[in-house]
Amino acid sequence: MDIHVTVNGRPEVWQAAPGESALELIRRLGYTSVKRGCSQGDCGACTILVDGQAMRACLLVAAQLEGRAVTTAEGLGSLDRPHPLQRAFVDAGAVQCGFCTPGMLLASQALLVETPRPDATAVREALDGNLCRCTGYKKIVEAVLLAAERMA
Amino acid sequence: MSPKREFEVVGKPVAKLDGLALARGGKLFVADLLPRGCLVGRILTSPYAHARIASIDASAAEALPGVHAVLHHGNVPRVMRTTAGQGAPEPSPYDFTTFDRKVRFVGDRVAAVAAESEAIAEEALKRIKVEYEVLPAVLDVRHAMDKGAPVIHDEPDCKVVIPVPYEPGRNLAAHVDTRVGDTAEGYAEADVVLEHEYECQYAQHTPIEPHAALAEPLPDGRLRITTSTQVPFHVRRIVAQALGWPVSRLHVVKPRVGGGFGAKQEVLIEDVAAFLATRAGRPVYLELSRSEEFLSRTRHPMVVRLKTGARKDGSLTAVDLGVLSNTGAYGSHALTVACNCGSKVLPLYRWPRLGFQADAVYTNLPVGGAYRGYGATQAYIAMEIQMDELAQALGLDPLEFRLRNHIRKGETSPIFAALGEGGEGVEQSIDSIGLDACIRQGARAIGWKKKRGKPGAGPLKRGVGMCCLMQGSSIPKVDMGGASLKMNEDGGFNLLVGATDLGTGSDTVLAQIAAEVLGVSVEQIVVRSSDTDLTPFDVGAYASSTTYLSGQAVRKAALDVAGQIREVAAELLDARPAEIALAGGQVRTADGRALPLSRVAMRSLYEHDQRQIAAFASHITHKSPPPFSAHFAEVEVDTETGLVRVVKYVAAVDCGTAINPQLSEGQTEGAVLNGISYALCEEYLFDEKGRMRNDSLREYKIFSTRDMPELVTILVPTYEKTGPYGAKSVSEIGINGPIPAISNAIFDAVGVRLRRAPFTPERVLAALDELAGRQAR
Repeated sequence: MDIHVTVNGRPEVWQAAPGESALELIRRLGYTSVKRGCSQGDCGACTILVDGQAMRACLLVAAQLEGRAVTTAEGLGSLDRPHPLQRAFVDAGAVQCGFCTPGMLLASQALLVETPRPDATAVREALDGNLCRCTGYKKIVEAVLLAAERMA
Repeated sequence: MSPKREFEVVGKPVAKLDGLALARGGKLFVADLLPRGCLVGRILTSPYAHARIASIDASAAEALPGVHAVLHHGNVPRVMRTTAGQGAPEPSPYDFTTFDRKVRFVGDRVAAVAAESEAIAEEALKRIKVEYEVLPAVLDVRHAMDKGAPVIHDEPDCKVVIPVPYEPGRNLAAHVDTRVGDTAEGYAEADVVLEHEYECQYAQHTPIEPHAALAEPLPDGRLRITTSTQVPFHVRRIVAQALGWPVSRLHVVKPRVGGGFGAKQEVLIEDVAAFLATRAGRPVYLELSRSEEFLSRTRHPMVVRLKTGARKDGSLTAVDLGVLSNTGAYGSHALTVACNCGSKVLPLYRWPRLGFQADAVYTNLPVGGAYRGYGATQAYIAMEIQMDELAQALGLDPLEFRLRNHIRKGETSPIFAALGEGGEGVEQSIDSIGLDACIRQGARAIGWKKKRGKPGAGPLKRGVGMCCLMQGSSIPKVDMGGASLKMNEDGGFNLLVGATDLGTGSDTVLAQIAAEVLGVSVEQIVVRSSDTDLTPFDVGAYASSTTYLSGQAVRKAALDVAGQIREVAAELLDARPAEIALAGGQVRTADGRALPLSRVAMRSLYEHDQRQIAAFASHITHKSPPPFSAHFAEVEVDTETGLVRVVKYVAAVDCGTAINPQLSEGQTEGAVLNGISYALCEEYLFDEKGRMRNDSLREYKIFSTRDMPELVTILVPTYEKTGPYGAKSVSEIGINGPIPAISNAIFDAVGVRLRRAPFTPERVLAALDELAGRQAR
């Protein structure tokens, strides 16, 4: 089945297998920043932006992406010009193992688009569905606040 | 009095070297590195807690198109070994083989397949016909050693490979008994003697990346295993043992690891991936599902009996610590986790007489293993709640009581020599300790004096509690770390270490140590870690060893390289080598002449008496200096619902010199929140047949951003002269505090002692009801 998507700003046609989840398809096509942590919608590691909304790719059937704009961490910034959130995560020490980081970044991006200057409570609520076992979340919340400050 | 404390790179919050690549979502984890034509591996697990496999028929699975290998006990050689990723000979019993004729817990492995897709692999698993002869199971740790209990390891070939007690016929996987002095005399001298039982539950590390391994047959007949592991060199040795190969035929690579916390100090799936790839002649990728991850390895649940005696003046007279550890179906880390209950806990206070006894027993439940804290977590629950109870009985402030009794600089504990990793330990005295400062600064940060004993009116009660902790830094005379360092044309360096960065940032910490010696910035150090073909040996990331142990190997190699640089620079600058300093990316003479390091590199590689400036070094330790810590919890207890909320948590930690304070804070915050989550909600629920009922992240709740309290980390610097630039460990200690600190805070709030974790609303309400009942009588 052909699926027409705009991924990280570029139009693409993806061939999905019947019943394939968006997570499996996206990873198969090489967007491996989208992580598989549980395949049950519980960990948030596979968070992507669909038309700007943070969603869990493992809970979407690939066909649900038809006509949508998808953003993955690969599309957030480059090595030379990282997105302010990526820079802030590194500077604040919010990246430990880094496995949850792409999902955290996208959930944070969705928040900052809607609420450019969130307080810590808003950040904690926005990231509630993204699990991290390394950091205790403190530096992740600080990183989002730092990015918001720098982007303001 | 102490060596130089101001450094250029050490002690600075240098950004993690791999941070940006990770934040960009680079292809850095095993699952991102799969080659074309890679097969998918899946494992068939046991539905029964205890059964013999009467027959297994895989023919229908083998006949399924797209299936390339099916493995089970009938076609894989039986090699008894352990999955514990420990040094050789391992202190864990050899009670495991890749596929056995018997299953010992729900989730134990029965067979495995490699197929062209996950769907085909799943279908193949369904087509494997297994007939089980179901056996009575041991599901209660307290009855595992009863007369007539089912024997879980009745196979004749299970054994231990070091001389330690092992009685599988009684389900006894490990036993430890140590005493110093006559504790009965101590209790006779005491004014207060307390004895209680404390209990803690099953828990899982839940790394967000589950166990994952890729095995690839290479053109020259070797096999490369790319795996998410904490112990790449032990993976090589143990998989070679299973395959019956020399280690040289295996190449083990650790890419980025998505969290481990001890779960990946286990050689758990690499053997299966290796057998599947060898049989199929194609690369095979094997990743555990989340429900399988819950049944991989766990924290050993324990029942801890603690008896203590103290005099009215607050001095201690005796202690007896008795541990019943549930190691589950296999004895992975059973002995050493049990030993740690004593060796990392009893030295903290000055007990004149001590008794320590531990049994680790088999049950038909999930398997214990290494988990951050490694036994200390379990035993500190008992010790630090009972210290609070003793203080209460003596009418002393629990903080002052601990200040009075903790070990001091220059002192030793008889436990250090008496108790090691399975056998005797190594005598040591304490040379660096900042515990007083941890206690005082932590007390200030939580508001101890202001908040203690003021629960407030109304149904929401507030309380504060505290505890003290120690851990170790590597296993003395056992662990070894190696490093090699070479200089390149641009004055930069390749640092190759066997040490294993599992997300902790140890690559960055080790680069900082090399950079400090060489007078360069960390950007000049390219780190390659954990590749068995390229890097020197290292035991891996466990026992809080990397910074302290591997860091010293790096420092030695860097000092050697610095000496070689001085020799070449001396020729260039017409000076004596000893006069030359390395700083700011330059070689400098005292009279102000300087050249960039690249000039030295070019001369050594191309111009004169050419040679590679490089060095190898390795390091072992003769002591395991403890980091110390004081934790403070402020809780709010809802007396109507029983819900406990941690409002604020302060962890003050003495880890010696924090080579990278930001990473040290990160280690502490991560460990603390994991500990709070364990204290309040994490536990395994089983049905009556021994099946885990809550094997998903939805049902087995771990803390998320919404649950986090205000976390405060205070780094209290000391200088450990045997560590690199004064460093000790920091990674494990933080997880030990939350259960006792929160229990003590709950007591301050509502007057009930909770001795069994987790502190769920049901348990808290039951305790409050019992208290009300007692008061009514």
